[in-house]
This record gives sequence, C-alpha cells and structure tokens, in this order.
Amino acid sequence: MNPIIKHSIRFVLFILLQVFVLNTIPPLHQFIVPYVYFLYILWLPLGISRVWLLVLAFLFGLTLDYFTGTPGLHAAPCVAIAFLRPFLLKLLLAQETAEAGYMEPGHNSMGWAPYITYAIILTLLHHGYLVLIEWLQFGSFLYFMGKVAGTTAISLLLMLIAELLIPRREKQRAVK
Amino acid sequence: MRNILLFIQRYFTFICFLILQILCIVLLSRSSKSHETFFSTAANEVTGKVNQQYSGVRQYFSLRETNRMLTEENARLRNELTNNYIDTTSTQLVTTDSTQRDSVGRMRKYTFLPAHVIGNTITLQNNFITIERGSAQGVQKGMAVTSPQGIVGVVVEAGPNISRIMSLLHRNSKVSAMLKKDAVTGSLEWDGTDPSYLTLRNIPKSSVIKKGDTVLTSNYSANFPSRLMVGTVADIRSDSESNFFSLKVKTAVNFFNVQYVYLIENVRYKEQLSLEQTPPARQ
Repeated sequence: MNPIIKHSIRFVLFILLQVFVLNTIPPLHQFIVPYVYFLYILWLPLGISRVWLLVLAFLFGLTLDYFTGTPGLHAAPCVAIAFLRPFLLKLLLAQETAEAGYMEPGHNSMGWAPYITYAIILTLLHHGYLVLIEWLQFGSFLYFMGKVAGTTAISLLLMLIAELLIPRREKQRAVK
Repeated sequence: MRNILLFIQRYFTFICFLILQILCIVLLSRSSKSHETFFSTAANEVTGKVNQQYSGVRQYFSLRETNRMLTEENARLRNELTNNYIDTTSTQLVTTDSTQRDSVGRMRKYTFLPAHVIGNTITLQNNFITIERGSAQGVQKGMAVTSPQGIVGVVVEAGPNISRIMSLLHRNSKVSAMLKKDAVTGSLEWDGTDPSYLTLRNIPKSSVIKKGDTVLTSNYSANFPSRLMVGTVADIRSDSESNFFSLKVKTAVNFFNVQYVYLIENVRYKEQLSLEQTPPARQ
C-alpha cells in the first residue's frame, strides 16, 4: 500500500480509538489513563524528514486536543517526542537500517530489545511532559510521580498488545 | 547576513521544534484562561460533526435507560401540577394555569432549552461535554446545564450549532451549593479522583451534618437557579487546621451516561454579573 495512504488511515484510526474507545473506559484509578495514540508517531517511517515529523506530530496532537477540549495539552508532548525520536533511533540502530527509507520502527525491523528500549524511553518522555503540564495547573508532586508511573505502565501494556495483535508487513531484517 | 541564513539552515529542525512548542504553550495558556481559542469554533464544528455521527450509533444502546429517566422526570413534574392539589376549604378543584399566574405579576426569570449530548469525557482531569445546540439556537456562554437527575456544568464555548460544556468533573469548575436542611452554602469542586464524587468545601463546623443529607444549588449563583439537585453527602472530613468541613458528595447525575440535558437561561444573568463585577461606588 502507498505509505502516505497507509499513514493517513492510521492517523484517523488512532484518533478515533483514543477518543471513542480509550477515553470512554471507566477509570480504574486517577493515575491510570490508557494513552496509546502516540504510537502513531512511534510508527512513522524511519526515512521521514525531521521537519515533516515535527509538523505531523503537531497536527496529530492538536487533532486529539480539539476532541478533548484542551488545545496544546497533547500537542506539546507529541512534538517533543517527535523531535527526540531521530536522535534515539540513531543511537539504537545500526547505520544501514537507519537509512532504510520506508521501513518503520518495529520489533521485526529493529529487533525486540532496541524496540522496547525505544518505546519505553519515548513513552516516559511523553507522559512525563504531559503530566508536568497538568501538574503546573493543579495537583501535587505525588500526583505527578504516581500518574507518570501508572500511565506509563498501562500504555506499555497496550503497546505490547498492539504490537502482537497488528501484523505490520515488513520485509524481514536481512540476516547476515 | 549570510551567517544568519547559514545558522537558520543548520538549526532549521530545532527552530521548527521551538516554534511548535511555543505555539502549543500559547494555545494551552489561552485556552485554560478564557476558552476562546485560536480557530476553535471552526475546529469545534468539525469535531462536533464526528461526535454527532458516533453518538447517533451509541444512543440506541441506552434508549431503555434514557426512556426510564425521562418518564421518571415526567411523573415528578406531573405531580407538581397545580390541578393535582385540592383546596381544603371548598369541594372544588383549583385550576390555575401559567398565563394567569403571569398576569398576576410574576415575571419569568429562567428559560429551559433541551439539548442532546454528542460528546462526553470522564476519564481526564479536565472533562468537557459537547452538545448539539449552538448560538444559532439560543445558547450563550455562561448558561447553566442540568440533566433530569441533577446539575451537570456550565457552557464555556458556544459555536453556531455545537457548544461545549465545562462538566462538573473539571479541575477549574466551581459551583455554589448548599445543604438542603439549613441552607449553609459552600463551594462545589472536583478533586480529580472519582467521577461519581465531588467535594463541597467551606461548610462551617457549626452545622450538623449527617451522611445522606441532600445538597442543592445555592441562592447565590448567577447562572444556576436555586434548589436544583446536586447530590447527597457520602462522607464528612474535617480539616484539623481550619474551621470548615469538606464534604464528599455523591453526584445525583450519573456522568457515565448523560444523554439529554437542559440549558438554563437566566434573563438577568448579564445584569447580575456586570453589577457584581464593578467595584462598589464610594459611599
């Protein structure tokens, strides 16, 4: 499938999933909010230009924000992880993979260990920034720490499930 | 000049990042202050359309519950009709209709408008409800919103056809509420933990409170009519360092399935607000 069409469909699906499914689940606890929408940014192709990545992340976050009525709240962390993503990928990947155009970060293009490191670091950064903004408006330090920990745990669980459930057809990494 | 261009070229990504971050922070700070955001009415119309489609589907699953609530409300209102009461001194039925009452000199202060809920969140820290009725159909910013069971929130943004309500489950929401039995007034807030409990602060320790006491809207609110149902007292906590109780209030309305709401227009809202906001003239 044409990558532009594929990623546009993903854009819509991730927004709908977050707004109409995950945000309507009755909360278990104040600290546990199932966020998985930013997986869209994690799954954008490796070869995408850095400026495009920033602009897409901003639009994506802002779209979600207009559904939840908080313009800027989700857009800011999305832009932040989109900015840091290329640096992290450069650290984690071998040179030849990093230059492979339309491949996406995933367990079959990167291997499980680097992919999970990548996911954990960006999830922590995203939630850390998101909850920090909330903390500046209200709440306490306990709220900040508890919510970052709880939300990161539930997000990683959901991302693992998504990774196992959704087969992303990728060319296998060339075994040498 | 050439050096500046080279600098921009070299750090183009970083500059983009900074610009977008600053834009986000500006949007965020403007929205939490006034709820009048950059191109927000246009965006709200679009998200409203999507919400509308989705709620059209979801509505069918709760038709039974919605019907039950509306019939209960109808029954309650029918019981309050004047021709249900018999004058004890005569054998005749007293029939009074509303037009006669108005000609006696009573003025209408509140008008009710029905609206259909098309979007609702409860899981976030700042929750909003979207409704399908806008300024073209008589919605104004600041109108009070109630459901058949109890109060829901306040209108914060009114687009042409879609409006957004700040739900009681919003960290900045503040409504004046009182205890039914002795009319002691406090401030109703949400602490962000549980969507079925609110906190009523500033109730003096002199008042005697029991679990299960009814909480109503107070007489002091500009947008809410007095004595609308809010909820019941679920728990009493007393701060040791202050002279006030903070009460945990179970909401009368179930925020998980709000389907229909009423918008309440106070005819004298603007007059009251402008008077309260001007500093008193020196006497």
